[in-house]
Amino acid sequence: MSVTTIQAPPVGARRKPGELGDKIFQAMCMGAGGFVLILLGAIIVTLFLGGLPAFERFGAEFIWGTVWDPVEGQEEFGAGVSILGTLTSSVLAIIFAVPVAFGIAFFLTELSPQWLKRPLGTAIELLAAVPSIIYGMWGLFIVVPFVQMNIQFAFGDQLAAIPLIGFLFESTNFAGTSLFSASIVLAIMILPFIAATMRDVFDQVPPVYKESAYGLGATRWEVMTGVVIPYTRISVVGGIMLGLGRALGETMAVTFVIGNANRIATSLFDSTTTIASVIAMEFPESLSGSLQQSALFAIGFLLFVISFFVLALSRYLLRPRLK
Amino acid sequence: MNDHIQPVAEAGPSMSGLQARSSAKLNSVARISVRNLDFVYADGLPKALKGINLDIPDRQVTGMIGPSGCGKSTLLRVLNRMYSLYPGQKATGEVMMDGRNLIDAGVDINELRSKIGMVFQKPTPFPMTIYENIAFGVRLHEKLSKSQMDQRVEWALSRAAIWGEVKDRLNTNAMGLSGGQQQRLCIARTIAVRPEVILFDEPTSALDPISTLKIEELIDELKQDFTIVIVTHNMQQAARCADQVAFFYLGELIEVSPAAEMFTAPKEQKTQEYITGRFG
Repeated sequence: MSVTTIQAPPVGARRKPGELGDKIFQAMCMGAGGFVLILLGAIIVTLFLGGLPAFERFGAEFIWGTVWDPVEGQEEFGAGVSILGTLTSSVLAIIFAVPVAFGIAFFLTELSPQWLKRPLGTAIELLAAVPSIIYGMWGLFIVVPFVQMNIQFAFGDQLAAIPLIGFLFESTNFAGTSLFSASIVLAIMILPFIAATMRDVFDQVPPVYKESAYGLGATRWEVMTGVVIPYTRISVVGGIMLGLGRALGETMAVTFVIGNANRIATSLFDSTTTIASVIAMEFPESLSGSLQQSALFAIGFLLFVISFFVLALSRYLLRPRLK
Repeated sequence: MNDHIQPVAEAGPSMSGLQARSSAKLNSVARISVRNLDFVYADGLPKALKGINLDIPDRQVTGMIGPSGCGKSTLLRVLNRMYSLYPGQKATGEVMMDGRNLIDAGVDINELRSKIGMVFQKPTPFPMTIYENIAFGVRLHEKLSKSQMDQRVEWALSRAAIWGEVKDRLNTNAMGLSGGQQQRLCIARTIAVRPEVILFDEPTSALDPISTLKIEELIDELKQDFTIVIVTHNMQQAARCADQVAFFYLGELIEVSPAAEMFTAPKEQKTQEYITGRFG
């Protein structure tokens, strides 16, 4: 067989790699990344500058002061009550939500029959899609009366008789709107986020690791606590923090059901307030440039700082303990 | 090194490379007796195991070979009831051990699995310290004091021939070990529960030749105290490790013989074709 000559294909002038285009692309991406940092910084700075008059007037006492008096001439502001209300309602919400979310995730990944997994998973995701104003209305008309009639009035007195911790349940609040109601509504609102995150991370554990634990004779509970949770610890706490972050900043639903009273709630059934509620309630009424508006900016800044520290703390707690 | 264990590289694919352990005699006492075992992965699917009859001799190594999908791993997963984790999978027949049928509904699965341990294809160390990896399984079944647990951990790691390598770093994360060390750790974890039977599901297919050799030596050592079943794709491995070899094909047990016979004078035509590499 003769070797036929194959003509070389046509060759074009070799193009220089698009250096300029690449540089522009790089700069644009860098700009997008930098924009996030600038945005974050700008929000902090404007909040701080807006709150500066209040901080200057009241000093550090603003943080723990419990008086909130916007009446002209005798204005005095302290964020103590709303900070405490924000933290307690959010933490209580987490306490209520996490066990249920864990149960949902455990059921969906380990126990649920195949045909039920999809509808139940979708239902949980839909729960997250309900607008918070709906939770607020529902909370006010359903949860608040329920908590008042069936929990506060039904068990409050008996629980109040418990030595040492009785005060947590003793309340003279007859409005029904309370820290407890707010925590319940918040818990329901953050439940889907935590449950969906937990389900997703549980699903990511390779089956062979679970089988290894089952193979040692572990029960489902032991496999979950001994293997699945250690594997997914970081993501699970991440999901809880996601929920906590949402709970800290949640405004409308909480404003509906917490009572918006600038009093420290010593009892679960007392009314109190949160940072987000105070801002939502008072911002429309505050005069531009007034000390009240500055105080609102100041507590907004504090909410920002609290959220930041919650995240920082979670990172610290999640530091790898094993070398 | 024992004479019957050869480095993988030296063992050729030909029949002559399959140096079976001719001296071995099969133990006539069966630890587990499988009778008329059928298995389906779901209703309506064809049977993955069809009428299996197999005796697994006490404190010897039973090798299970056959092409992919032949049912050898499925049988392994029946023996420790791993299939029960998955709804729909169903075994019928008898798997007798100590006078009980292991696949009866009434059997305590967790207790059963403490008696029949399993080592998987890929090393599966748990995300905790080396010490905790061993202690995890033991705590599921026994309450031990700290010093008793220390002894148990050392014993298990020593039996798995990894104590010397890890004794100075018991409190470091097990994920930091090499693949071969991780697999020996998993063997130690299984041993620590003091099972009577250990199932190995292709334990060396993810390991390098040196680690493979160590695991094979280990299996040979362990059979003094444990009944061992090993599924392998590697016929040299079956020849090196097993006393008895079972050949599976399409869900049926084609032949079960002492290793020496299986690789020198197989009874069945199909076995002959498989071990000489004509299919599979």
